[in-house]
Amino acid sequence: MSLTDAEMNSILNENKNLKRSSLVTFSYGVAAVALFWAWEGAEIRPYDLIRYSDNMITFVTDFFPPNFMDWGTYLEEMVVTIQIAIWGSLLAVLCSVPLSLMCASNIAPTWVNQPTRRAMDTLRAINEIAFAMVFVVAVGLGPFAGVLALFVHTTGTLAKLFSEAVESIDPQPVEGIRATGANKIEEIAFGVIPQVMPLWISYSLYRFESNVRSATVVGMVGAGGIGYTFYELMRGFYYDQVAAVLIIIIATVSVLDLISARIRKIFI
Amino acid sequence: MPKAIEVTGLTKSFGKITALDNVDLTIHLGEMVALIGASGSGKSTLLRHLAGLEVGDPTDGSVEILGVTLQKRGRLARDARNQRGRIGFIFQQFNLVGRLTVLINVLTGRLTKIPMYRSLFRLFTIGERKRALEALDRVGIAQWANCRASNLSGGQQQRAAIARTIVQQAKVVLADEPIASLDPESSRRVMEILANLNSQDGTTVVVSLHQVDFALHFCPRVVALARGKVLYDGPSHGVSNALLQKVYSGDPELKTLNLTGTKGLAVLPKEAA
Repeated sequence: MSLTDAEMNSILNENKNLKRSSLVTFSYGVAAVALFWAWEGAEIRPYDLIRYSDNMITFVTDFFPPNFMDWGTYLEEMVVTIQIAIWGSLLAVLCSVPLSLMCASNIAPTWVNQPTRRAMDTLRAINEIAFAMVFVVAVGLGPFAGVLALFVHTTGTLAKLFSEAVESIDPQPVEGIRATGANKIEEIAFGVIPQVMPLWISYSLYRFESNVRSATVVGMVGAGGIGYTFYELMRGFYYDQVAAVLIIIIATVSVLDLISARIRKIFI
Repeated sequence: MPKAIEVTGLTKSFGKITALDNVDLTIHLGEMVALIGASGSGKSTLLRHLAGLEVGDPTDGSVEILGVTLQKRGRLARDARNQRGRIGFIFQQFNLVGRLTVLINVLTGRLTKIPMYRSLFRLFTIGERKRALEALDRVGIAQWANCRASNLSGGQQQRAAIARTIVQQAKVVLADEPIASLDPESSRRVMEILANLNSQDGTTVVVSLHQVDFALHFCPRVVALARGKVLYDGPSHGVSNALLQKVYSGDPELKTLNLTGTKGLAVLPKEAA
């Protein structure tokens, strides 16, 4: 049963041969070309950072000291922003539960999961801002347009994340439930959902965090929240007040991230 | 005697490999039968066909359980899900839902008997919960009812899985290598519980086993499979060493073992042997 020296060497060398293959060298070359190509396309000019440094210093000093004169209004708008994020996320979570099951190849047949996946890809491909512009036209200026924008985009993201969790479950407990004579829906309720619940909760909270950040920008196109205030102040060159708004956004987002990270830890 | 299981001409191939080759098998109500055979001989495949978890090739083969056709010519019967409610299945890896409590896992044995709105919201009546607890008490793990299933040892999980078939009121229990992942002591307890279901409730039990001594000790009838064919079907006292040699000769893992000593393997504690 013992291996000869030659056999051992050939097993140990299998890996090395792979590393030295010409395919690897070729892919390094492709990567280098791609980087150079993207550098050109993106017009990256590091020298400008130094050449225009005076301008930037002047611009940045305009932000200081921050002017908290209207802090009451900013806080009110910040609260609206959080409210947008709460409902945008919640609606997305509710819709993502059935949609993710329809995307999962181990639950839904191909003729269901492929179209659903493509639909989710579409929702994900279009940014919240783009959706916000559409919904502002549809339902008018204000936070509701923001809620819808976040809801639609987040559904695309969460349905994908949720379905990946569903696809990586252990099939054995599901078969255990099936063996009792349960129907397909009961198999999911008892065999699948308990397995994916911790991940689903974690993903939902994570998306809520990032939706608070996104909600601060959808306002710029008129979909409610602090983004609109920010945009107006920026356009009016009130940089000291812009600084105050930014500080409020940073503080709120940091606090919410901390809270949600705490909650997520409980479920993992 | 009425028939619990009737398999006629069942064939199953996975690609080029024939897992079951024209199997005929009749098991009567109240029997306790051991399925033995080398790895890949078709034991698990046969059991999975008996529960309708797998369908045979679209030839003439059929499986009838308790007098009702479960599958025929490679198609499951329409009421297969309902029929599974009467068939208990025990898996080698227990197949409990780890994050649910032991009690809820056992209560899933009731799923075919209660309306959907109750099952989806886990609205089990106090009477159902008590019956589940009784079943857990019978297999000796009632004190773990409210623990997550994943926190139990392998032997305890397997006993919970048996409790699930008790709550199911399964007339037929199929056990696929139920003790293959357990230590000798847990193995003995699990087999004793299965034997008790058979003698007390008259449940028909078909159990596939790797350990021949367990099969011979607990089951009056032995069916030996080799390469998807029934090689022996008869009383366990008729199992000879020559037969075991033949049964396991196709198993590469066992080739090097001295099979004449199989019967004497010290797996069973003295008082049980």
